[in-house]
Amino acid sequence: MSAIGKTDSVQASALAARFRRRTPALGSSFVLDVDFEAPPGFTILFGASGAGKTTLLDCVAGLLPPDLGRIAIGNRALFDASQHTNLPVAKRRVGYVFQTLALFPHLTVEQNVEYGLDSLPQPERRKRAASILDSFHIAHLAQRPAREISGGESQRTALARTLVTDPSVLLLDEPLAALDAATKSKIIDDLRAWNREHRIPILYVTHSREEVFALGERVIVLDSGRIVAQGTPHEVMTAPLQETVAQLAGFENIFDVTVDEIHPERGTMVCRVVAAVAQDALPFADHSDGGKGTPSAAPTAHRDPRASAPEGPALSLETPLVRASLGSPLRVGIRAGDILLATSPPQGLSARNIIGGVLISIELRDMIVSAKINCGIEMDVHLTLAARDSLQLAPGKEVWLVIKTHSCHLMQRSELLSVRLSS
Amino acid sequence: MTHSYFFITMGWQALDWQAFWLTLQLAIAVSLALLLLGLPIAYWIAFSRWRWKFLMEAVVALPIVLPPTVLGFYLLVALGPHSTLGRLWISLTGHTLAFTFGGLVVGSILYSLPFAVQPFAASFSSLDRRLLAASATLGASPLRTFLRVIVPLSLPGLVTGVALSFAHTLGEFGVVLMVGGNIPGVTRTVSIDIFDRVQSSDYSGANATALLLMVFCFALLALVYGVNRKVWMIGPTQK
Repeated sequence: MSAIGKTDSVQASALAARFRRRTPALGSSFVLDVDFEAPPGFTILFGASGAGKTTLLDCVAGLLPPDLGRIAIGNRALFDASQHTNLPVAKRRVGYVFQTLALFPHLTVEQNVEYGLDSLPQPERRKRAASILDSFHIAHLAQRPAREISGGESQRTALARTLVTDPSVLLLDEPLAALDAATKSKIIDDLRAWNREHRIPILYVTHSREEVFALGERVIVLDSGRIVAQGTPHEVMTAPLQETVAQLAGFENIFDVTVDEIHPERGTMVCRVVAAVAQDALPFADHSDGGKGTPSAAPTAHRDPRASAPEGPALSLETPLVRASLGSPLRVGIRAGDILLATSPPQGLSARNIIGGVLISIELRDMIVSAKINCGIEMDVHLTLAARDSLQLAPGKEVWLVIKTHSCHLMQRSELLSVRLSS
Repeated sequence: MTHSYFFITMGWQALDWQAFWLTLQLAIAVSLALLLLGLPIAYWIAFSRWRWKFLMEAVVALPIVLPPTVLGFYLLVALGPHSTLGRLWISLTGHTLAFTFGGLVVGSILYSLPFAVQPFAASFSSLDRRLLAASATLGASPLRTFLRVIVPLSLPGLVTGVALSFAHTLGEFGVVLMVGGNIPGVTRTVSIDIFDRVQSSDYSGANATALLLMVFCFALLALVYGVNRKVWMIGPTQK
């Protein structure tokens, strides 16, 4: 911790990590295998729960040892299997704010913040703590026990406690997940202000799509222990997602499609449905990622909404624009809960996909009504009990499905899936 | 003096205060020694990832189930003039460890070990591991983490361990008899005193001594549990 004395001499070095870690578990084992670089500034680590985000941070912080590889800040190696280097946690100068924050409950806010400044003389310690408490707007809490302050105050204290030590890298494991949007954005502003003066890499873990766009200069998408995409939020989040079991899990309706038209000026594409993907073949996980597309659709009609009556497989969907070329095979996932059902042809809607069909069956599952509709292909739509009753739905009834462009989630059609399924 | 078992008089005037004083000294020495010795052992049991750790846990727990005579017997053998350890002790001090106050302390430490180590280890294990990780990422050495995070947050467990080993030493009998014998002012503790009185039919003296010891132990345990409850009530939020 000798470098603590020299506040402004912290080098703006990138974090470079290339490592592999196998965590044995009953039955199977989890393998984290990553290779990335995080330059100074925010880098978002995005992925569903269980994707390996926290394991990755623990490896960088030194709480878990990788099996092989190298982790370095600039040219300072924290871990290097080939050199048998494995710096102890306390010597890494990696700041880490946990999801649970882990404030010391028996200490005051001020004592928490001063905890990492042990090597400094008392007056200097006081000065540093006072200054960071001030910049995170918690100076008035200094003498309060950490176990008595509110959630937002705890997050600020945890950030201040870590940042005051002048770390070379900052790891944030969804530290703001539990906060309301207003509090969250205020804390993020303070963090950004701090980062402008201390140009260090910040690895920010989240599973919220909104946070990715709000924060990200760079995004790394992690899935099942592997990096499946990295780049700017726009590049990464609009590229067709790598299809994995985890991503398919949230979708009741999955279709193979081919790209028929591309409209870059509108930010949309038209995809023709080729076939439905049999869901029984997919081992659905029981969780779905909460992230939905940001709804925005330019209302420029180019297609008669009623043209696609139930007359065969000639069904097309308007989808968000992704990096794809004409004719390329993709896969579309639509959540049953994202589809609206109408009993007469709807008019004057912003939604781009209005598809006629016939109700095949309707059944009650828990408190959700699941309706199967034939519109060339079979679609699963979820309704509430009240909606079912007011629409007087019965098999054979003619209905119209309304699907927003951004409810169509595009994925790459990978051969990988069949391998996964058989293993 | 009546010899009826049903109407035993109180022989307050016959109390052996020397035995009480000796017992108190022994209990203080043993509980302090166990605080120093028990903390590292408990730390190791709570945090080691060694696969054969359970063997050590079993060894520590042995005194709970073993008859004190077994422990006392092995101590006599191990510390006697025919063992390396015993010869070393004799060359250092000029006499054997058996039948001395030092011998009592060693025997009692071993006999009360689980009563200190188990509460220590249990409270260490129940700590939120992320607090320890946070301390390390803030640059703290394991020793500093131990002193500033682990110990303060384990205080109830530490108090319990010290008090239990103190009280357990107050009342121990078998090991003392085996290792120490019955030398007034050297190894004659309260429990030996009571045994001795009963043997010599001094029931009223035994009665008073036993009652005093029981009341004292009860008061001590009540105090410990009361204090711990208060600690818990102040800080129930700690996970």
